Amino acid sequence: MSRPELQAPPEIYYGDVEAKKYTKNTRNQQIQADMTYRALELLNLLPDEPAMLLDIGCGSGLSGEILDEEGYIWTGVDIAPSMLEVALEREVEGDLFLQDIGQGFGFRPGSFDGAISVSVLQWLLNAETSHPTSSPPHRLNRFFTTLHSALRNPSRAVFQFYPSSDDQIQLISSIAQKAGFGGGIVVDYPNSKKAKKVFLCLFVGGGGAQQVPQGLDGEVEEDGKARFERRRERERTRSNSGKRKPIKGRDWILKKKELYRKRGKESVPRDSKFTGRKRKPVF
Amino acid sequence: MVRLITHNLLACHVKGCTSNNFPLEFKDVQVELRDAEFNSDFLRGFIPKIEWKALVDAARQVGNTSLPLELPEMLDDDFLKSLHHVLLEIHVEEGSMTCPNCHHVYPISNGIPNMLLAEHEIG
Repeated sequence: MSRPELQAPPEIYYGDVEAKKYTKNTRNQQIQADMTYRALELLNLLPDEPAMLLDIGCGSGLSGEILDEEGYIWTGVDIAPSMLEVALEREVEGDLFLQDIGQGFGFRPGSFDGAISVSVLQWLLNAETSHPTSSPPHRLNRFFTTLHSALRNPSRAVFQFYPSSDDQIQLISSIAQKAGFGGGIVVDYPNSKKAKKVFLCLFVGGGGAQQVPQGLDGEVEEDGKARFERRRERERTRSNSGKRKPIKGRDWILKKKELYRKRGKESVPRDSKFTGRKRKPVF
Repeated sequence: MVRLITHNLLACHVKGCTSNNFPLEFKDVQVELRDAEFNSDFLRGFIPKIEWKALVDAARQVGNTSLPLELPEMLDDDFLKSLHHVLLEIHVEEGSMTCPNCHHVYPISNGIPNMLLAEHEIG
C-alpha cells in the first residue's frame, strides 16, 4: 500500500496535477462518497434538522458535494491550495478556508453541530521541521483542543483515517482524550484486507451517556462494478500494438550476408531481387 | 466565498491572541451575490449562535444595511428573508480580514481566506 503522507507534505503532494488526478479518479470518488455517508451515519445527527458542519481536510469538495446533497450547511478547511482550486471549479456550496489544521482553529466556541474528516489525520503524523510547534503530538494537541471548543455540546466528530500502526491510533486517541473528547475507535470490516476502514468517533459532552457505535462486520457488499485492475490495461496496450514487425526481414538477411562475405566465408549466395521473399504456403 | 455566516464564527487564532480577537474586520472587500436556498428552520436554529452586533457591523462593512441594530423578538418572514440574504448570499471574494487585537491580516483571494500562520504565531 502506498502512503502519500510519507512522500511530501500535503500542500506539496497535492499539487495541481495530483489534485486533478485525485478528483477525477472514479474509484477515489466512490470510496470518498462511501466513507462520507458512513461518517455522517456515525455522526448521528437528528434527521430533518439542518446542521452546520465542519469538513476537515475538505480537499476538492468530494465529501462536500454529499453534504450539499444532504442539505447541510458546511465549512471546509484544507491546506492544499490546488485542491481548493479544484473545489472552486466544482462550485461546491460551502465556505472554503486555506488552513493548517495542526495550527488550530479560530472558530468561536460552539460554532459547529458536528465535524467530519475523510482520510486526513494520518497527514498530521509527520514532522516537517524540527521546530517544537511542528512535532506531531503538539500539532495534534492544538488541533483537538481548538476543535473541541469549536464544537457544540453535545455533538460528535468523526474522522476516517489510515493509521499505519497501533501506536499511531494510541497516540491520536490519547491526545483526543486529553483535549476533552470522549469516544473511541470504530473499525469497519476488521477482517477484510481491502474493505477495512478505521474511524475515530469522538464525542463532545453528553456526560458519558454516548456509546461508541458498532463497526460494520460480515461480508462486504459488492456493488457489482468491476474494479480497476492495472493488468487489464496492460493487456489492452499489448494487443493494441498488434502486428509486430518481423526481425528477420530482407534488410536483416542482406546485412548478414554482407557480414559473412567480409569475413571471407565461402558459398554465400548472391543477392538478387528474390532475396528474402515470402514463399507461398506449402499446403 | 467567505459568507457572513462563517465570518460570524471566525476569531483570530494567533498564539496568545485570546481576548478581543473577534470579529475580524473586513478591508477592501469585493462582494458577489449568489442565490441560496431559503431554509427558515436552519435560520431559526442558528440565531442563538449569532453574535448580533458583529453581524450587523460586518454587514455594514460589506455595504448592506438591511439588518436592525437589535435582534428583534418577533421573527417574521421579512426579517428572516433579509437575515438569509445577509448570512448566506453575500460572498466576499477579495480583500482581507484583520484581527482587532493583534492586527494579523488574513488575506482573502479568489474567495478563499488564507488562515496560515507564521512559525512564531503558532500556539
